[in-house]
Amino acid sequence: MSTTLLVVQTLNGLQFGILLFLIAAGLTLVFGVMDFVNLAHGVQYMIGAYLAATFTALTGNFLWGLLLALPTALVVGIILEVLVFRHLYERDHLSQVLATFGVILFLNEAVKLIWGAAPLGVPVPEMLSGNVVLMDGVLYPVYRLVIIGAGLAVALLLYFGVNHTRVGMLVRAGASNPRMVSALGVNIGRLFMIVFGFGAMLAGFAGIMVAPILSVEPGMGDNLLILAMVVIVIGGIGSIRGAFIAALLIGLVDTLGRSFFGDLLRLFMPAATASQTGRAIAPMLIYILMAAVLFFRPAGLFPARR
Amino acid sequence: MNEAVIPSAALPKGPFGLRRNLLPAVLFLAFALAPLAVAFGADPFFQSILIRIMIFAIAAISLDLILGFGGMVSLGHAAFIGIGAYAVGILASHGIEEAHVQLPITLAVASLFALVTGAISLRTKGVYFIMITLAFAQMIMFFATSLSAYGGDDGLTIWTRSQVFGSDILGNRTIFYYVTFAVMLGCYLLCRAMVVSRFGRVLRGSKENPVRMEAIGFSPYRFQLAAYVIAGMMCSLAGFLLANQAEFVSPAYMSWQRSGELLIMVILGGLGSLHGAVIGAAALLLLEEGLAGFTEHWKIILGPLLVLVALFLRQGILGLLTGKKNND
Amino acid sequence: MTDTPLLRLDGLTKRYGALLVTDNVTLDFPEGELHAILGPNGAGKTTLMHQVSGLIDPDGGQILFEGRDVTALPMRERVRRGIARTFQITSILPGFSALENVALAVQGRSGSSFRFFGIAASEKALNEEAAKLLSLVGLGARMDILAGALSHGEKRALEIAIALATQPRLLLLDEPLAGMGNEESARMIEILKRLKQEYTILLIEHDMDAVFALADRVTVLLYGRVIATDTPDAVRASPEVRAAYLGEDAA
Repeated sequence: MSTTLLVVQTLNGLQFGILLFLIAAGLTLVFGVMDFVNLAHGVQYMIGAYLAATFTALTGNFLWGLLLALPTALVVGIILEVLVFRHLYERDHLSQVLATFGVILFLNEAVKLIWGAAPLGVPVPEMLSGNVVLMDGVLYPVYRLVIIGAGLAVALLLYFGVNHTRVGMLVRAGASNPRMVSALGVNIGRLFMIVFGFGAMLAGFAGIMVAPILSVEPGMGDNLLILAMVVIVIGGIGSIRGAFIAALLIGLVDTLGRSFFGDLLRLFMPAATASQTGRAIAPMLIYILMAAVLFFRPAGLFPARR
Repeated sequence: MNEAVIPSAALPKGPFGLRRNLLPAVLFLAFALAPLAVAFGADPFFQSILIRIMIFAIAAISLDLILGFGGMVSLGHAAFIGIGAYAVGILASHGIEEAHVQLPITLAVASLFALVTGAISLRTKGVYFIMITLAFAQMIMFFATSLSAYGGDDGLTIWTRSQVFGSDILGNRTIFYYVTFAVMLGCYLLCRAMVVSRFGRVLRGSKENPVRMEAIGFSPYRFQLAAYVIAGMMCSLAGFLLANQAEFVSPAYMSWQRSGELLIMVILGGLGSLHGAVIGAAALLLLEEGLAGFTEHWKIILGPLLVLVALFLRQGILGLLTGKKNND
Repeated sequence: MTDTPLLRLDGLTKRYGALLVTDNVTLDFPEGELHAILGPNGAGKTTLMHQVSGLIDPDGGQILFEGRDVTALPMRERVRRGIARTFQITSILPGFSALENVALAVQGRSGSSFRFFGIAASEKALNEEAAKLLSLVGLGARMDILAGALSHGEKRALEIAIALATQPRLLLLDEPLAGMGNEESARMIEILKRLKQEYTILLIEHDMDAVFALADRVTVLLYGRVIATDTPDAVRASPEVRAAYLGEDAA
C-alpha cells in the first residue's frame, strides 16, 4: 500500500462522503420532520444529473447547466410533492414505501423514454478540467476537489440555515417533536413542502455535480439511495450533523475498504486468502458498520427525537 | 354449563367457516387444476408463469406472516430468496445435487441469517427497522456479487436441477409444478395454523400493543424474532424452487427492488390474510407480464398504478372482493 | 411473615435531567392493604408507579418485592413474580375481543406460548378463567365485543380484568377513575371495593372521595418527595398536607 494511493483514495472517499451527505441531508429531514419514508429520493439525484446533461448540452456551458438545472430540480420535487407525497404524510410507512416505489419505477422508466437507455456523458468544464499536484508525483483532478469544496460549502450553509433561521428552527423542532410544531399553529403543509422541495434540490445538486465524472443513466440513484439511508440511520434520523459525520464515515470506509481492506487482512493471513477475503468483505463493511452502530445505539449516533 | 359461560362467538368458528374459506379454497383449487388447461392445449408458457407466481406467492406468504401479523415492515425479505437460490447453486456447482442434502442446508443457512440479522433489526423500531432490513439484504447481495468463484455479478448457471434420491423428476415440468404447489399450500396452511395458535396470538398482540404484552408478562422480542426466523426459512424455500425453475441464480434475486416487489404483492393482495399474498403475487406478476406484452416501457404504467393502490386501495384486492371499505 | 412487607421501596430516586421526579422515596406496603398515592399533577405519582412496575429504571434505590430485590428485573419478569398494573391511558389490545384480551393474559402464565399449533382462542381453560374475571369486573355480557369498541369505562374495567388474569399479588392501578362519569365511577368504586378483599393494591387517584372511601393508608407526594404517609383521617387532618396540597379541596 503506497502513500500516494492512500492520499488519493482518502480524497476520493471524502468526495464520495460529501456526495452522500448532499443526498442524505434532505432525506434525513424528510424522514425526521415528516416521518415519511421516501424511497424516491434517489431519483431526484438522477433527475439532477439528467437536467445538468441536458442544459449543459443546450447552453454549451456547465455553469449555465448548473444554474438552470438547480431550480428545475426544485420544481420537479415540488410537483411530486403536490401530486403524490403530500397525500401520504398521514399514512402508514407501508403505504409510503409502496407509493414511492411506484414513483421510482415511473421516473426511472420516464427517463429512459425521454433520454434513452444509453448512458450520457457530460464533459468536465474546461476551467476545472486539469489536475493539481498534491505532493511529489500525486496528481488529483481539480474537479473532484471542487465537488468537495462545493459540498462543504453547502454543508456550512445548511448548518447556518438549520440553526439560525426561523424555518430552520421549525425544522429542528419538527424533527424532535412533530406534534408540538403543529400545535404552535405553524402551517405544517407549507413547512413540509419547503423541506421536501429543498431536499429534492440538494439531491439534484449532488446529481448535477457528479454528472461530469459519472455516467448519467437510468437507475443511477437507486443504489445511492440505499447508501444515503445507511448514512441517516447511522447518523440518527432527522439530524443534519449526524448525516454529515455518518456520510463522511461511510464514504471513507467504503472507498478505503475497497482499496485497502485486503492489505489489512494480510497482516493476519496469507496473501492470497487475504485479498480474496478482502474483496468479499469490503463491499459489506459499511453494512457491518451500520449493524454495529445500531446494535449499540438503536436510534443512531445523534438521535434527533427523544 | 361451560358452554353457557363461554360465548359461542369467542370460539373460532371464523377460521372454519365457509365464508372465510371459500375464496382461498377456490384460489388453491384453481392452481391445482391449471395444468389441465395446458393438457388441453393452452400455451405451456402459461404453466411456467404459474410456477413463477406460486414461487413468489410462497415468499409473499412468509412476508405476510411477519408483516400482516407481526407488524414488521421488512424491506429486505428478498435476501432469503437469494439465500435459498444460492444454496442450490453453490452446492450444485460442487456436485451436491441431492435435494435431501440441499434443503436442510438451505433452511439452516436461512435460519442462521434470519436469527443474526433479526436479533439486531428487532432492537430497532419503525423507519429504522425498514432501513436496517434493507441494509442487511444489500449486504448479502454485495457478498454474492463478490463471490467470483460463483459467478459474481453475472450470476451462476445451475447445470443440474436438484435430484430427488438420484432421479431428475424435478426436471418434469408438471411434477415441478405440483411440487411447487404443494410447498405453497403447505406454507399457507402452516401459517394459517400458526397465526391462530398461542404463538400467533402473542405475535398479533405484540403488533397491536407491545407495552401491554410486556405488562402481562410476554417478551414481544422473542416472539417476533421467532416469527422472523420462520418467515426467513419459508422464504428460502421460494429461493430453492426459483433456482430450480430458472436453472440460474444471480445477486439480482436479492436486490431491494425485489424486496419491494414482495411488499407490493402482500399489500396489493391484502395485508394479513395470507391468501391475499397469493392473490397479490398473481396480480403483480400477471400485470407485469400483461403490460410487458403491451409496451416495453411497462414500468411507466405500473409505477402510477402502485401509487394509486397505495392511495386508494388500502385493503388491497381482497378488500375489493370482500367489500371491506377501503379508505379508512 | 408480618415483618416483611409485600413491597418495600428503599431510597428510590429518579431524575429527568436536573429535575428530581422521585426523591428518595422509602415506603412499605404491607400485604392486604389498599394504599393510595395522592399528589398534585407533576408530583411524580405515575413515575413512581412506572418504576415499581418496571417500565422505567430508577437512578438510585431499591425495590424489594416479597423481600427480594426486583430493581433490575424487566417488567415482564415482575409480572411473573406477581406485580400487575393498569395505565393512566388505557392500554389494551383494541383489535382483540374483550375475552381474548384477558385470555391472552391467562395464557401468559399457563404453559408455554411457543406453541405453533392448536387454536388458542378455543382453549377452554383459558377462556373459562377469562370469562370469570370479566364477570368479576362487570363485563360478563360484553365478552365478544372488540375491545376497541367498548366504552371508556368498560375499557378501564377490561384493563383491570387483564391485570387480574396475571394472578398478581400486588395490583398497581393508575387513576382507574380518570375520565369517567358519575355512574361509571360509582360502578368502578364498587369493583375496587370487591378487589380490595383479595388483593394488595397501590392506587393513584385524583378523586378524593374515592380515595378516602377506599384507602387503608394514604401517601402524599409533592415534587417527588413523600410529605406524609398515614391513615386517611390522619392525612386529612395533617396541617402540612392541607397547606401543601389539600388546602383548596378539603376546605
